[in-house]
Amino acid sequence: MTALAVRLRSYRPQRRYLPVLAAFALLVGAYGFGAARYPAFGSGQVVLDIFIDHAFLLVVAVGATFVILTGGIDLSVGSVAALSTMASADLLQHKGWPAYAVIPLVLAMGAILGFAMGLVIHYFEIQPFIVTLAGMFLARGLCYTISTESIAIDNGTYTAMAQTPIPLGGTLHVSPSVVIALVVVAIAGYVLHFSRFGRTVYAVGGGERSALLMGLAVARTKVAVYTISGLCSALGGVLMAFYTLSADPLGGVGMELDAIAAVVIGGTILTGGSGYVLGTVLGVLVLGIIQTLITFDGTLSSWWTRIVIGVLLFVFIALQRLIARRSR
Amino acid sequence: MTRHRLFWPAAALVALLLGNVAVSPRFFAIEIRDGHLYGNVIDILRNGAPLILVAVGMTLVVATRGIDLSVGAVVAVSGGMACVQLGSTSVVLAVAMALGLCLVLGAWNGWLVAGLKIQPIVATLILMVAGRGLAQLITGGQIVTVSSAPFLAIAGGYLLTLPLSFLIAMAVFALTSLVVRRTALGLLLESVGGNPEASRLSGLRSGRLIWLCYVFSALCAGIAGLIISSNVTGADGNNAGLWMELDAILAVVIGGTQLTGGRFSLGGTVIGALLIQTLTTTVYALGIPSQETLLFKAVVVTAVCLVQSPAFRAKLVRRRRRPEPPASLPAPEKKVEVAS
Repeated sequence: MTALAVRLRSYRPQRRYLPVLAAFALLVGAYGFGAARYPAFGSGQVVLDIFIDHAFLLVVAVGATFVILTGGIDLSVGSVAALSTMASADLLQHKGWPAYAVIPLVLAMGAILGFAMGLVIHYFEIQPFIVTLAGMFLARGLCYTISTESIAIDNGTYTAMAQTPIPLGGTLHVSPSVVIALVVVAIAGYVLHFSRFGRTVYAVGGGERSALLMGLAVARTKVAVYTISGLCSALGGVLMAFYTLSADPLGGVGMELDAIAAVVIGGTILTGGSGYVLGTVLGVLVLGIIQTLITFDGTLSSWWTRIVIGVLLFVFIALQRLIARRSR
Repeated sequence: MTRHRLFWPAAALVALLLGNVAVSPRFFAIEIRDGHLYGNVIDILRNGAPLILVAVGMTLVVATRGIDLSVGAVVAVSGGMACVQLGSTSVVLAVAMALGLCLVLGAWNGWLVAGLKIQPIVATLILMVAGRGLAQLITGGQIVTVSSAPFLAIAGGYLLTLPLSFLIAMAVFALTSLVVRRTALGLLLESVGGNPEASRLSGLRSGRLIWLCYVFSALCAGIAGLIISSNVTGADGNNAGLWMELDAILAVVIGGTQLTGGRFSLGGTVIGALLIQTLTTTVYALGIPSQETLLFKAVVVTAVCLVQSPAFRAKLVRRRRRPEPPASLPAPEKKVEVAS
């Protein structure tokens, strides 16, 4: 009996890493497949381009990871990101505000929206799904009240952020947005895996009642994760504005699904309590590499991306079920 | 009377309708043209039909503690399939193939939830993501237009002076109510939603029941997809049924069905769907840009959920400043009870 328990315990860490390892294997496999088929695919710049094209999704998905780790969900991320680009564009282009005033303002706006949703979710005990759905409607509606047309951005700081390449030796380069995204990942990784707050996030996801009985600050943590998600969405919106140099009221539609898909493919379990920030990074890269493969292929239509993402979601969720069943 | 579960949703609907009359006195005016009824109210019934259908299917899923996020995508798949098939086969066959495909999709959702025991929100998320891709694949990424008169009659036709689409929705609603309330099925559903494990132990085949609910939900979404594509005389894989799952869930919640499962009210759902449709019509009638409907919906969702939330009510009634400790913990202050 005890021998079995010891054996089980020694197996558990491996099992916990399994979804992340699977995502990593998939990433390497997809990259190897692409490199073997298309000579240009193997160049390092393709990988860096995936980072450049998905920097905003990475930031948003990192925010979503916090929420999902507590067992919640945030459907408002795409709309909040769009609201943040729309508000930036409006303030910069129509009101003539300077960039250094606009960016903190839209970040604060996203954080406050997330904070408010967190308060309602925790204190009024309404399902996160519904509250963030209302937040999604609200943010999208606000986008349209700002403007129903897309706005081009020609602010100096924004164009500089969009067009300055950061050389990495040779012909390789990344955009400043990638650096910002990686800093966000590093901070999130530190907070989740090495801080007291991070441990509380996992504890709440593992079981809210037990966390409460342990005397952890459940209320503060739950409100904080939605605030973080709102902040990350707003930052994602700013990066999206850097990337496209424009704002579209319909921008970021479906981004919440991409973010959730990235988090799930990265091995975080949607019921909460288990997962890694690194997994989310891998999840975003997997989504990116599928898109790149389909673009390189040229004969496949872009809507195959949605189907492949759906299939991957299924495979990874089934894998998680399997692992959960085995370790029980 | 205020205790009746349908009182608040019905009151909200009546208030909204009366508000419309206050703004435009001719709101209720109904005239007969070419033997059909015309008017704002009839428009609400006609345009609300797809939402009623999807929401009725969603109610049964929610009753089993589930949720079906894929209905919007299923709407797009069904419309796409029907419109593509209409090019080569008869209307009946095209409709049958579209609905057949929806049954398969529903069976897939049901298998994930009841068979693999994946959380409903996650299980149906898969089809929500992949379904639109599937719809695009079926239509070849094009907006397929149709001109078949019998197919266009699904949304445009009238029977007994009433819009056919509304009658279809009512027929599905009536049949569902009949099956659910006149047989033991409704009771079994509430039992499964209340406690799946206990129901299983007491000899209910809860897995099969849950599976059936997802199949039914997809079928309802499929019929709604036919109505929508008939209404716009074509299939648009990207935009057909976009965000419909959210409207449907909203209708279910407004109608008094708790998302935590157990008790459900099909009548409430229909009222909820009509309320959402009236809200949309009102926004148009007031001359507010249509996109801002979303803002109104956000306010309505928040208000309805707050009113239904026991925690919110408790805080409102007792005027407590501090959050209530969970029920399992011993309450530290018992004096509050006396105060209230």
